[in-house]
Amino acid sequence: MGIKRLYSLFVLTFALFGASINAAAQAEENHEAAATEAAAPHEEKKGINITELVFGHVSDSHEWHLFSLKKENGEEKPVAFPLPMIIYQPGKGVTVMSSGHFEEWHKTADGKAISNEHEGLYIEKHMKEKVLAVDGSKVYDFSITKNVLSMLIGVVLLLWAMTSAAKKYKTGAQVAPKGFQNFIEVVIVFIRDEVAKPNLGAKYLRFLPLLLTIFFFIWINNLLGLLPGGANFTGNIAVTACLALVAFVVMMANSNKHFWGHLLNPPNVPFLVKCLLVLIEVMSLCIKPVALMIRLFANMLAGHIVILSVICLIFIFALLNVYVGSGFVLVSLAFSIFMFMLELLVAVIQAFIFANLTAVFIGQAIEGDHSHDHEHGHDAAAAH
Amino acid sequence: MDLLTPELGLFFWTLIAFLAVFFILRKFAWGPIISSLGDREKGIADSIATAERVRNEMSQLKAENEKLLAQAREERTAMLREAKETRDKIVGEAKDMAKIEANKIIVDAQHQIQQQKMAAITEVKNEIGTLAISVAEQILRKQLNAADGQDTYMKMLAGDIKLN
Repeated sequence: MGIKRLYSLFVLTFALFGASINAAAQAEENHEAAATEAAAPHEEKKGINITELVFGHVSDSHEWHLFSLKKENGEEKPVAFPLPMIIYQPGKGVTVMSSGHFEEWHKTADGKAISNEHEGLYIEKHMKEKVLAVDGSKVYDFSITKNVLSMLIGVVLLLWAMTSAAKKYKTGAQVAPKGFQNFIEVVIVFIRDEVAKPNLGAKYLRFLPLLLTIFFFIWINNLLGLLPGGANFTGNIAVTACLALVAFVVMMANSNKHFWGHLLNPPNVPFLVKCLLVLIEVMSLCIKPVALMIRLFANMLAGHIVILSVICLIFIFALLNVYVGSGFVLVSLAFSIFMFMLELLVAVIQAFIFANLTAVFIGQAIEGDHSHDHEHGHDAAAAH
Repeated sequence: MDLLTPELGLFFWTLIAFLAVFFILRKFAWGPIISSLGDREKGIADSIATAERVRNEMSQLKAENEKLLAQAREERTAMLREAKETRDKIVGEAKDMAKIEANKIIVDAQHQIQQQKMAAITEVKNEIGTLAISVAEQILRKQLNAADGQDTYMKMLAGDIKLN
Protein backbone atom coordinates (compact mmCIF):
# COMPACT_ATOMS: atom_id res chain seq x y z
CA MET A 1 0.00 0.00 0.00
CA GLY A 2 2.87 2.31 0.93
CA ILE A 3 4.54 1.65 -2.40
CA LYS A 4 1.34 2.41 -4.26
CA ARG A 5 0.88 5.72 -2.48
CA LEU A 6 4.49 6.64 -3.08
CA TYR A 7 4.11 5.69 -6.66
CA SER A 8 1.05 7.85 -7.20
CA LEU A 9 2.99 10.71 -5.69
CA PHE A 10 5.73 10.13 -8.22
CA VAL A 11 3.26 10.01 -11.04
CA LEU A 12 1.81 13.28 -9.85
CA THR A 13 5.28 14.82 -9.68
CA PHE A 14 5.99 13.56 -13.15
CA ALA A 15 2.77 14.94 -14.50
CA LEU A 16 3.19 18.37 -12.93
CA PHE A 17 6.82 18.89 -13.85
CA GLY A 18 6.39 17.20 -17.18
CA ALA A 19 3.60 19.59 -18.01
CA SER A 20 5.48 22.69 -16.93
CA ILE A 21 8.60 21.64 -18.79
CA ASN A 22 6.65 20.78 -21.89
CA ALA A 23 5.08 24.19 -21.70
CA ALA A 24 8.49 25.78 -21.32
CA ALA A 25 9.92 23.81 -24.20
CA GLN A 26 6.89 24.61 -26.30
CA ALA A 27 7.17 28.31 -25.51
CA GLU A 28 10.82 28.24 -26.37
CA GLU A 29 10.10 26.49 -29.61
CA ASN A 30 7.39 28.97 -30.54
CA HIS A 31 9.64 31.81 -29.63
CA GLU A 32 12.39 30.36 -31.71
CA ALA A 33 10.15 29.72 -34.64
CA ALA A 34 8.89 33.28 -34.50
CA ALA A 35 12.43 34.53 -34.22
CA THR A 36 13.57 32.49 -37.19
CA GLU A 37 10.68 33.76 -39.24
CA ALA A 38 11.31 37.34 -38.34
CA ALA A 39 15.09 37.47 -38.32
CA ALA A 40 17.64 36.80 -40.98
CA PRO A 41 19.09 33.28 -41.59
CA HIS A 42 22.34 34.07 -39.72
CA GLU A 43 20.38 33.93 -36.46
CA GLU A 44 19.29 30.30 -36.76
CA LYS A 45 22.44 28.57 -35.43
CA LYS A 46 22.16 30.35 -32.12
CA GLY A 47 19.08 28.59 -30.72
CA ILE A 48 18.82 24.97 -29.74
CA ASN A 49 15.94 22.83 -30.77
CA ILE A 50 14.89 21.21 -27.47
CA THR A 51 12.36 18.91 -29.08
CA GLU A 52 14.90 17.55 -31.51
CA LEU A 53 17.51 17.19 -28.80
CA VAL A 54 15.24 15.40 -26.37
CA PHE A 55 13.64 13.12 -28.91
CA GLY A 56 16.98 12.50 -30.52
CA HIS A 57 18.10 11.07 -27.19
CA VAL A 58 15.03 9.02 -26.35
CA SER A 59 14.43 7.53 -29.78
CA ASP A 60 16.29 4.70 -31.42
CA SER A 61 19.26 5.37 -33.64
CA HIS A 62 21.51 3.58 -36.09
CA GLU A 63 24.56 5.01 -34.40
CA TRP A 64 25.49 5.42 -30.76
CA HIS A 65 25.78 9.16 -30.41
CA LEU A 66 27.91 10.39 -27.50
CA PHE A 67 28.29 14.15 -27.98
CA SER A 68 28.83 16.78 -30.64
CA LEU A 69 31.93 18.88 -31.07
CA LYS A 70 31.62 22.36 -32.44
CA LYS A 71 34.25 23.08 -35.07
CA GLU A 72 35.82 26.48 -35.57
CA ASN A 73 33.69 27.21 -38.58
CA GLY A 74 30.58 26.72 -36.46
CA GLU A 75 29.78 23.31 -37.93
CA GLU A 76 28.81 20.58 -35.47
CA LYS A 77 30.68 17.34 -35.65
CA PRO A 78 28.98 14.45 -33.90
CA VAL A 79 31.10 11.92 -32.02
CA ALA A 80 29.34 8.60 -32.42
CA PHE A 81 29.93 4.88 -32.86
CA PRO A 82 28.58 3.56 -36.11
CA LEU A 83 26.51 0.39 -35.66
CA PRO A 84 25.92 -2.49 -38.06
CA MET A 85 22.86 -2.22 -40.25
CA ILE A 86 21.00 -5.28 -41.47
CA ILE A 87 18.48 -4.41 -44.13
CA TYR A 88 16.13 -6.83 -45.82
CA GLN A 89 14.52 -5.76 -49.07
CA PRO A 90 12.10 -8.09 -50.84
CA GLY A 91 13.67 -9.08 -54.14
CA LYS A 92 17.09 -7.71 -53.18
CA GLY A 93 17.86 -9.85 -50.16
CA VAL A 94 19.77 -8.95 -47.05
CA THR A 95 22.26 -6.10 -47.00
CA VAL A 96 24.73 -5.72 -44.15
CA MET A 97 26.70 -2.50 -43.77
CA SER A 98 27.94 0.04 -41.30
CA SER A 99 25.86 3.05 -40.44
CA GLY A 100 29.04 5.07 -40.86
CA HIS A 101 28.26 5.28 -44.56
CA PHE A 102 25.48 7.73 -43.81
CA GLU A 103 27.25 10.82 -42.65
CA GLU A 104 26.14 13.69 -44.87
CA TRP A 105 22.95 15.19 -43.55
CA HIS A 106 20.78 17.95 -44.88
CA LYS A 107 17.57 19.42 -43.54
CA THR A 108 14.36 19.53 -45.49
CA ALA A 109 11.76 22.24 -45.24
CA ASP A 110 9.48 20.24 -42.89
CA GLY A 111 12.21 19.70 -40.30
CA LYS A 112 13.34 16.23 -41.37
CA ALA A 113 16.99 15.35 -41.71
CA ILE A 114 17.91 13.28 -44.74
CA SER A 115 21.18 11.43 -45.10
CA ASN A 116 23.24 10.71 -48.16
CA GLU A 117 22.47 7.67 -50.28
CA HIS A 118 24.37 4.42 -49.95
CA GLU A 119 23.53 1.22 -51.82
CA GLY A 120 20.21 2.71 -52.82
CA LEU A 121 19.21 3.46 -49.22
CA TYR A 122 19.04 6.59 -47.10
CA ILE A 123 18.05 7.45 -43.54
CA GLU A 124 15.30 9.89 -42.76
CA LYS A 125 15.44 11.37 -39.26
CA HIS A 126 12.51 13.17 -37.76
CA MET A 127 11.13 11.98 -34.43
CA LYS A 128 12.77 8.68 -35.14
CA GLU A 129 15.04 7.25 -37.75
CA LYS A 130 13.73 5.39 -40.74
CA VAL A 131 15.68 3.58 -43.40
CA LEU A 132 14.09 4.16 -46.79
CA ALA A 133 14.92 2.98 -50.28
CA VAL A 134 15.65 5.56 -52.95
CA ASP A 135 13.32 3.82 -55.36
CA GLY A 136 10.53 3.79 -52.75
CA SER A 137 10.39 0.00 -52.41
CA LYS A 138 9.67 -1.72 -49.11
CA VAL A 139 12.52 -1.93 -46.59
CA TYR A 140 12.66 -4.16 -43.52
CA ASP A 141 15.16 -2.84 -41.04
CA PHE A 142 16.72 -5.47 -38.73
CA SER A 143 19.70 -3.32 -37.82
CA ILE A 144 21.60 -3.66 -34.59
CA THR A 145 20.51 -0.23 -33.47
CA LYS A 146 21.51 1.59 -30.31
CA ASN A 147 18.59 0.01 -28.45
CA VAL A 148 19.38 -3.49 -29.69
CA LEU A 149 23.03 -3.11 -28.69
CA SER A 150 22.04 -1.76 -25.28
CA MET A 151 19.70 -4.71 -24.86
CA LEU A 152 22.46 -7.15 -25.86
CA ILE A 153 24.75 -5.61 -23.24
CA GLY A 154 21.95 -5.97 -20.71
CA VAL A 155 21.35 -9.57 -21.76
CA VAL A 156 25.03 -10.46 -21.42
CA LEU A 157 25.17 -8.81 -17.98
CA LEU A 158 22.02 -10.61 -16.92
CA LEU A 159 23.18 -14.01 -18.13
CA TRP A 160 26.57 -13.57 -16.52
CA ALA A 161 25.17 -12.33 -13.21
CA MET A 162 22.50 -14.97 -12.90
CA THR A 163 24.51 -17.97 -14.00
CA SER A 164 27.39 -17.01 -11.72
CA ALA A 165 24.94 -16.64 -8.84
CA ALA A 166 23.35 -19.98 -9.75
CA LYS A 167 26.73 -21.69 -9.65
CA LYS A 168 27.00 -21.03 -5.92
CA TYR A 169 23.78 -22.93 -5.38
CA LYS A 170 25.07 -25.93 -7.25
CA THR A 171 28.22 -26.23 -5.18
CA GLY A 172 26.89 -25.60 -1.70
CA ALA A 173 23.14 -25.76 -1.59
CA GLN A 174 22.74 -25.49 2.16
CA VAL A 175 25.19 -22.69 2.83
CA ALA A 176 23.97 -19.24 3.82
CA PRO A 177 24.01 -16.87 0.82
CA LYS A 178 26.48 -14.01 0.71
CA GLY A 179 27.46 -11.09 -1.48
CA PHE A 180 25.76 -10.70 -4.82
CA GLN A 181 24.06 -14.07 -4.46
CA ASN A 182 22.36 -12.76 -1.33
CA PHE A 183 21.05 -9.71 -3.16
CA ILE A 184 19.74 -11.81 -6.05
CA GLU A 185 18.15 -14.24 -3.65
CA VAL A 186 16.22 -11.54 -1.83
CA VAL A 187 14.74 -10.36 -5.11
CA ILE A 188 13.95 -13.87 -6.27
CA VAL A 189 12.26 -14.72 -2.99
CA PHE A 190 10.34 -11.45 -3.16
CA ILE A 191 9.07 -12.22 -6.68
CA ARG A 192 8.20 -15.74 -5.61
CA ASP A 193 6.39 -14.84 -2.40
CA GLU A 194 4.82 -11.50 -3.32
CA VAL A 195 4.16 -11.90 -7.03
CA ALA A 196 3.96 -15.53 -8.03
CA LYS A 197 2.40 -17.23 -5.01
CA PRO A 198 -0.50 -14.82 -4.29
CA ASN A 199 -1.53 -14.56 -7.95
CA LEU A 200 -0.86 -18.00 -9.34
CA GLY A 201 -1.62 -20.23 -6.37
CA ALA A 202 -0.47 -23.80 -6.55
CA LYS A 203 0.88 -23.57 -10.11
CA TYR A 204 3.29 -20.76 -9.29
CA LEU A 205 6.44 -22.81 -9.90
CA ARG A 206 5.50 -23.22 -13.54
CA PHE A 207 5.42 -19.49 -14.23
CA LEU A 208 8.09 -18.32 -11.80
CA PRO A 209 10.95 -18.51 -14.36
CA LEU A 210 8.97 -16.33 -16.77
CA LEU A 211 8.16 -13.77 -14.10
CA LEU A 212 11.76 -13.67 -12.91
CA THR A 213 13.03 -13.26 -16.46
CA ILE A 214 10.55 -10.46 -17.15
CA PHE A 215 11.44 -8.70 -13.92
CA PHE A 216 15.21 -8.87 -14.28
CA PHE A 217 15.16 -8.22 -18.04
CA ILE A 218 13.16 -5.03 -17.58
CA TRP A 219 15.04 -3.96 -14.50
CA ILE A 220 18.55 -4.30 -15.90
CA ASN A 221 17.54 -2.58 -19.13
CA ASN A 222 15.83 0.21 -17.20
CA LEU A 223 19.04 0.74 -15.24
CA LEU A 224 21.23 0.63 -18.35
CA GLY A 225 18.95 3.23 -19.90
CA LEU A 226 19.64 5.55 -16.99
CA LEU A 227 23.39 5.59 -17.57
CA PRO A 228 24.59 8.76 -19.25
CA GLY A 229 24.60 8.14 -22.98
CA GLY A 230 22.48 5.03 -22.44
CA ALA A 231 19.70 3.97 -24.76
CA ASN A 232 16.04 4.40 -23.97
CA PHE A 233 15.37 0.70 -24.52
CA THR A 234 12.44 0.02 -22.20
CA GLY A 235 10.89 3.37 -23.16
CA ASN A 236 10.46 2.10 -26.68
CA ILE A 237 7.06 0.84 -27.64
CA ALA A 238 8.40 -2.00 -29.77
CA VAL A 239 10.12 -3.44 -26.70
CA THR A 240 7.17 -3.14 -24.39
CA ALA A 241 4.89 -4.47 -27.13
CA CYS A 242 7.13 -7.50 -27.46
CA LEU A 243 7.14 -8.17 -23.72
CA ALA A 244 3.40 -7.64 -23.49
CA LEU A 245 2.91 -10.01 -26.39
CA VAL A 246 4.95 -12.69 -24.64
CA ALA A 247 2.85 -12.22 -21.51
CA PHE A 248 -0.36 -12.34 -23.54
CA VAL A 249 0.68 -15.48 -25.42
CA VAL A 250 1.56 -17.22 -22.16
CA MET A 251 -1.76 -16.14 -20.71
CA MET A 252 -3.71 -17.42 -23.71
CA ALA A 253 -1.75 -20.67 -23.92
CA ASN A 254 -2.53 -21.46 -20.30
CA SER A 255 -6.11 -20.21 -20.11
CA ASN A 256 -8.57 -22.87 -18.96
CA LYS A 257 -12.19 -23.70 -19.73
CA HIS A 258 -13.44 -21.90 -16.68
CA PHE A 259 -11.83 -18.65 -17.86
CA TRP A 260 -13.35 -18.82 -21.35
CA GLY A 261 -16.65 -20.01 -19.97
CA HIS A 262 -16.89 -16.99 -17.73
CA LEU A 263 -15.74 -14.69 -20.48
CA LEU A 264 -18.00 -15.87 -23.31
CA ASN A 265 -20.98 -17.11 -21.33
CA PRO A 266 -21.30 -15.33 -18.00
CA PRO A 267 -23.67 -17.31 -15.75
CA ASN A 268 -26.95 -15.92 -14.34
CA VAL A 269 -27.15 -12.90 -16.66
CA PRO A 270 -30.07 -11.91 -18.94
CA PHE A 271 -29.40 -12.28 -22.65
CA LEU A 272 -29.05 -8.61 -23.60
CA VAL A 273 -26.79 -7.85 -20.69
CA LYS A 274 -24.84 -10.95 -21.57
CA CYS A 275 -24.12 -9.64 -25.08
CA LEU A 276 -22.89 -6.38 -23.66
CA LEU A 277 -20.89 -8.13 -20.98
CA VAL A 278 -19.17 -10.46 -23.44
CA LEU A 279 -18.25 -7.48 -25.59
CA ILE A 280 -16.79 -5.68 -22.59
CA GLU A 281 -14.98 -8.79 -21.41
CA VAL A 282 -13.40 -9.41 -24.80
CA MET A 283 -12.36 -5.78 -24.97
CA SER A 284 -10.86 -5.94 -21.51
CA LEU A 285 -8.97 -9.07 -22.50
CA CYS A 286 -7.41 -7.24 -25.43
CA ILE A 287 -6.72 -4.16 -23.33
CA LYS A 288 -4.68 -6.15 -20.82
CA PRO A 289 -1.53 -6.52 -22.95
CA VAL A 290 -2.01 -3.02 -24.28
CA ALA A 291 -2.08 -1.72 -20.74
CA LEU A 292 1.13 -3.60 -19.98
CA MET A 293 2.72 -2.19 -23.10
CA ILE A 294 1.69 1.44 -22.56
CA ARG A 295 2.46 1.51 -18.84
CA LEU A 296 6.12 0.57 -19.10
CA PHE A 297 6.67 2.53 -22.31
CA ALA A 298 5.10 5.73 -21.00
CA ASN A 299 6.77 5.57 -17.62
CA MET A 300 10.26 5.05 -18.91
CA LEU A 301 9.89 7.49 -21.80
CA ALA A 302 8.48 10.12 -19.47
CA GLY A 303 11.34 9.63 -17.04
CA HIS A 304 13.95 10.07 -19.74
CA ILE A 305 12.20 13.11 -21.19
CA VAL A 306 11.91 14.77 -17.80
CA ILE A 307 15.58 14.26 -16.94
CA LEU A 308 16.65 15.52 -20.36
CA SER A 309 14.31 18.48 -20.14
CA VAL A 310 15.62 19.45 -16.74
CA ILE A 311 19.16 19.35 -18.09
CA CYS A 312 18.06 21.35 -21.12
CA LEU A 313 16.64 24.02 -18.85
CA ILE A 314 20.23 25.06 -18.19
CA PHE A 315 20.76 25.76 -21.84
CA ILE A 316 17.40 27.46 -22.30
CA PHE A 317 18.22 29.85 -19.49
CA ALA A 318 21.75 30.26 -20.79
CA LEU A 319 20.27 31.45 -24.08
CA LEU A 320 18.35 34.15 -22.26
CA ASN A 321 21.34 35.35 -20.30
CA VAL A 322 24.58 33.65 -19.44
CA TYR A 323 24.30 34.60 -15.73
CA VAL A 324 20.78 33.30 -15.42
CA GLY A 325 21.91 30.13 -17.11
CA SER A 326 24.86 29.53 -14.82
CA GLY A 327 22.71 30.43 -11.83
CA PHE A 328 20.21 27.87 -12.89
CA VAL A 329 22.83 25.12 -13.14
CA LEU A 330 22.57 24.35 -9.44
CA VAL A 331 18.78 24.22 -9.44
CA SER A 332 18.71 22.11 -12.55
CA LEU A 333 21.39 19.76 -11.30
CA ALA A 334 19.67 19.32 -7.97
CA PHE A 335 16.41 18.62 -9.69
CA SER A 336 17.92 16.22 -12.19
CA ILE A 337 19.69 14.35 -9.39
CA PHE A 338 16.33 14.08 -7.67
CA MET A 339 14.78 12.85 -10.90
CA PHE A 340 17.59 10.39 -11.37
CA MET A 341 17.02 8.91 -7.91
CA LEU A 342 13.35 8.76 -8.69
CA GLU A 343 14.08 7.00 -11.96
CA LEU A 344 16.22 4.45 -10.14
CA LEU A 345 13.18 3.69 -8.04
CA VAL A 346 10.84 3.78 -11.02
CA ALA A 347 13.14 1.35 -12.83
CA VAL A 348 12.56 -1.33 -10.21
CA ILE A 349 8.93 -0.41 -9.57
CA GLN A 350 8.03 -0.66 -13.25
CA ALA A 351 9.80 -3.98 -13.57
CA PHE A 352 7.90 -5.19 -10.52
CA ILE A 353 4.58 -3.90 -11.85
CA PHE A 354 5.11 -5.53 -15.22
CA ALA A 355 5.94 -8.86 -13.58
CA ASN A 356 3.09 -8.49 -11.11
CA LEU A 357 0.49 -7.68 -13.76
CA THR A 358 1.72 -10.55 -15.91
CA ALA A 359 1.22 -12.80 -12.90
CA VAL A 360 -2.23 -11.31 -12.29
CA PHE A 361 -3.32 -11.85 -15.90
CA ILE A 362 -1.99 -15.40 -16.01
CA GLY A 363 -3.60 -16.00 -12.64
CA GLN A 364 -6.97 -14.90 -14.02
CA ALA A 365 -6.59 -17.20 -17.00
CA ILE A 366 -5.69 -20.27 -14.94
CA GLU A 367 -7.84 -19.77 -11.88
CA GLY A 368 -10.50 -22.36 -11.08
CA ASP A 369 -14.02 -22.05 -9.68
CA HIS A 370 -12.91 -21.75 -6.11
CA SER A 371 -11.10 -18.42 -6.07
CA HIS A 372 -13.70 -15.79 -6.94
CA ASP A 373 -12.75 -13.57 -4.06
CA HIS A 374 -9.40 -12.91 -5.71
CA GLU A 375 -10.87 -10.82 -8.46
CA HIS A 376 -11.24 -7.67 -6.41
CA GLY A 377 -7.58 -7.77 -5.58
CA HIS A 378 -6.78 -8.17 -9.26
CA ASP A 379 -8.90 -5.21 -10.21
CA ALA A 380 -7.17 -3.05 -7.68
CA ALA A 381 -3.81 -4.11 -8.98
CA ALA A 382 -4.83 -3.63 -12.59
CA ALA A 383 -6.19 -0.17 -11.86
CA HIS A 384 -2.84 0.68 -10.47
CA MET B 1 2.78 10.02 -33.49
CA ASP B 2 5.97 8.40 -34.70
CA LEU B 3 6.97 7.34 -31.21
CA LEU B 4 3.90 5.13 -30.88
CA THR B 5 4.60 2.97 -33.94
CA PRO B 6 6.79 0.02 -32.99
CA GLU B 7 9.77 -0.73 -35.22
CA LEU B 8 9.87 -4.22 -36.63
CA GLY B 9 13.60 -4.69 -36.22
CA LEU B 10 13.70 -3.79 -32.54
CA PHE B 11 10.62 -5.91 -31.89
CA PHE B 12 12.24 -8.85 -33.63
CA TRP B 13 15.55 -8.59 -31.77
CA THR B 14 13.82 -8.04 -28.43
CA LEU B 15 11.66 -11.11 -28.95
CA ILE B 16 14.63 -13.28 -29.85
CA ALA B 17 16.77 -11.95 -27.03
CA PHE B 18 14.03 -12.22 -24.44
CA LEU B 19 13.15 -15.77 -25.38
CA ALA B 20 16.83 -16.75 -25.45
CA VAL B 21 17.38 -15.20 -22.04
CA PHE B 22 14.25 -16.91 -20.75
CA PHE B 23 15.23 -20.38 -21.90
CA ILE B 24 18.88 -20.06 -20.89
CA LEU B 25 18.11 -18.66 -17.46
CA ARG B 26 15.31 -21.15 -16.88
CA LYS B 27 17.72 -23.99 -17.48
CA PHE B 28 20.90 -22.62 -15.91
CA ALA B 29 19.80 -20.10 -13.33
CA TRP B 30 16.19 -20.10 -12.20
CA GLY B 31 15.88 -23.88 -12.07
CA PRO B 32 18.87 -24.51 -9.78
CA ILE B 33 18.25 -21.38 -7.71
CA ILE B 34 14.56 -22.02 -7.14
CA SER B 35 15.02 -25.69 -6.37
CA SER B 36 17.91 -25.14 -3.98
CA LEU B 37 16.03 -22.28 -2.34
CA GLY B 38 13.15 -24.66 -1.80
CA ASP B 39 15.52 -27.33 -0.50
CA ARG B 40 17.17 -24.90 1.86
CA GLU B 41 13.85 -23.62 3.16
CA LYS B 42 12.70 -27.17 3.68
CA GLY B 43 15.98 -27.96 5.41
CA ILE B 44 15.61 -24.99 7.72
CA ALA B 45 12.01 -25.85 8.50
CA ASP B 46 13.02 -29.44 9.17
CA SER B 47 15.88 -28.35 11.40
CA ILE B 48 13.60 -26.09 13.38
CA ALA B 49 11.05 -28.88 13.73
CA THR B 50 13.78 -31.30 14.81
CA ALA B 51 15.17 -28.81 17.30
CA GLU B 52 11.71 -28.28 18.70
CA ARG B 53 11.15 -32.00 18.97
CA VAL B 54 14.52 -32.56 20.62
CA ARG B 55 13.82 -29.73 23.01
CA ASN B 56 10.52 -31.29 23.93
CA GLU B 57 12.17 -34.65 24.32
CA MET B 58 14.87 -33.10 26.48
CA SER B 59 12.39 -31.41 28.75
CA GLN B 60 10.43 -34.62 28.95
CA LEU B 61 13.62 -36.48 29.77
CA LYS B 62 14.53 -33.92 32.37
CA ALA B 63 11.14 -34.20 33.99
CA GLU B 64 11.49 -37.94 33.98
CA ASN B 65 14.95 -37.70 35.49
CA GLU B 66 13.72 -35.44 38.20
CA LYS B 67 10.91 -37.82 38.93
CA LEU B 68 13.35 -40.69 39.10
CA LEU B 69 15.64 -38.72 41.37
CA ALA B 70 12.81 -37.84 43.70
CA GLN B 71 11.74 -41.43 43.72
CA ALA B 72 15.27 -42.58 44.48
CA ARG B 73 15.56 -40.05 47.27
CA GLU B 74 12.32 -41.24 48.75
CA GLU B 75 13.43 -44.80 48.46
CA ARG B 76 16.69 -44.01 50.14
CA THR B 77 14.88 -42.34 53.03
CA ALA B 78 12.59 -45.30 53.31
CA MET B 79 15.49 -47.70 53.24
CA LEU B 80 17.35 -45.74 55.89
CA ARG B 81 14.30 -45.68 58.07
CA GLU B 82 13.79 -49.36 57.60
CA ALA B 83 17.41 -50.09 58.33
CA LYS B 84 17.21 -48.05 61.49
CA GLU B 85 14.10 -49.87 62.51
CA THR B 86 15.70 -53.18 61.80
CA ARG B 87 18.77 -52.22 63.75
CA ASP B 88 16.69 -51.05 66.68
CA LYS B 89 14.70 -54.20 66.55
CA ILE B 90 17.79 -56.42 66.42
CA VAL B 91 19.43 -54.53 69.23
CA GLY B 92 16.24 -54.69 71.25
CA GLU B 93 15.84 -58.35 70.60
CA ALA B 94 19.43 -59.02 71.52
CA LYS B 95 19.00 -57.06 74.69
CA ASP B 96 15.88 -58.98 75.59
CA MET B 97 17.55 -62.28 74.84
CA ALA B 98 20.54 -61.35 76.92
CA LYS B 99 18.34 -60.33 79.78
CA ILE B 100 16.42 -63.52 79.63
CA GLU B 101 19.62 -65.52 79.43
CA ALA B 102 21.12 -63.65 82.31
CA ASN B 103 18.04 -64.14 84.39
CA LYS B 104 18.10 -67.76 83.59
CA ILE B 105 21.75 -68.03 84.58
CA ILE B 106 21.08 -66.16 87.77
CA VAL B 107 18.15 -68.37 88.57
CA ASP B 108 20.22 -71.45 87.83
CA ALA B 109 23.02 -70.16 89.96
CA GLN B 110 20.70 -69.37 92.82
CA HIS B 111 19.14 -72.73 92.45
CA GLN B 112 22.50 -74.42 92.52
CA ILE B 113 23.64 -72.36 95.45
CA GLN B 114 20.49 -73.31 97.27
CA GLN B 115 21.04 -76.92 96.44
CA GLN B 116 24.67 -76.82 97.47
CA LYS B 117 23.70 -75.01 100.61
CA MET B 118 21.06 -77.61 101.42
CA ALA B 119 23.54 -80.39 100.72
CA ALA B 120 26.07 -78.75 102.96
CA ILE B 121 23.53 -78.20 105.69
CA THR B 122 22.40 -81.79 105.41
CA GLU B 123 25.95 -82.97 105.60
CA VAL B 124 26.60 -80.72 108.60
CA LYS B 125 23.40 -82.02 110.20
CA ASN B 126 24.43 -85.59 109.54
CA GLU B 127 27.89 -84.94 110.90
CA ILE B 128 26.39 -83.26 113.94
CA GLY B 129 23.98 -86.20 114.35
CA THR B 130 26.82 -88.72 114.12
CA LEU B 131 28.86 -86.70 116.55
CA ALA B 132 25.94 -86.43 118.96
CA ILE B 133 25.32 -90.16 118.74
CA SER B 134 28.94 -90.98 119.33
CA VAL B 135 29.02 -88.52 122.23
CA ALA B 136 25.85 -90.00 123.59
CA GLU B 137 27.22 -93.52 123.11
CA GLN B 138 30.36 -92.64 124.97
CA ILE B 139 28.37 -91.05 127.77
CA LEU B 140 26.03 -93.95 127.90
CA ARG B 141 28.88 -96.40 127.94
CA LYS B 142 30.30 -94.55 130.90
CA GLN B 143 27.07 -94.33 132.78
CA LEU B 144 26.04 -97.83 132.06
CA ASN B 145 29.16 -99.09 133.58
CA ALA B 146 27.52 -98.56 136.88
CA ALA B 147 24.34 -100.55 137.97
CA ASP B 148 22.36 -97.54 139.08
CA GLY B 149 23.25 -95.89 135.82
CA GLN B 150 21.65 -98.69 134.08
CA ASP B 151 18.61 -98.27 136.20
CA THR B 152 18.16 -94.57 135.74
CA TYR B 153 18.71 -94.99 132.06
CA MET B 154 16.10 -97.63 131.94
CA LYS B 155 13.64 -95.34 133.69
CA MET B 156 14.54 -92.46 131.40
CA LEU B 157 14.00 -94.61 128.33
CA ALA B 158 10.70 -95.77 129.79
CA GLY B 159 9.84 -92.12 130.40
CA ASP B 160 10.66 -91.34 126.79
CA ILE B 161 8.44 -94.15 125.63
CA LYS B 162 5.57 -92.79 127.67
CA LEU B 163 6.19 -89.40 126.33
CA ASN B 164 5.98 -90.73 122.80
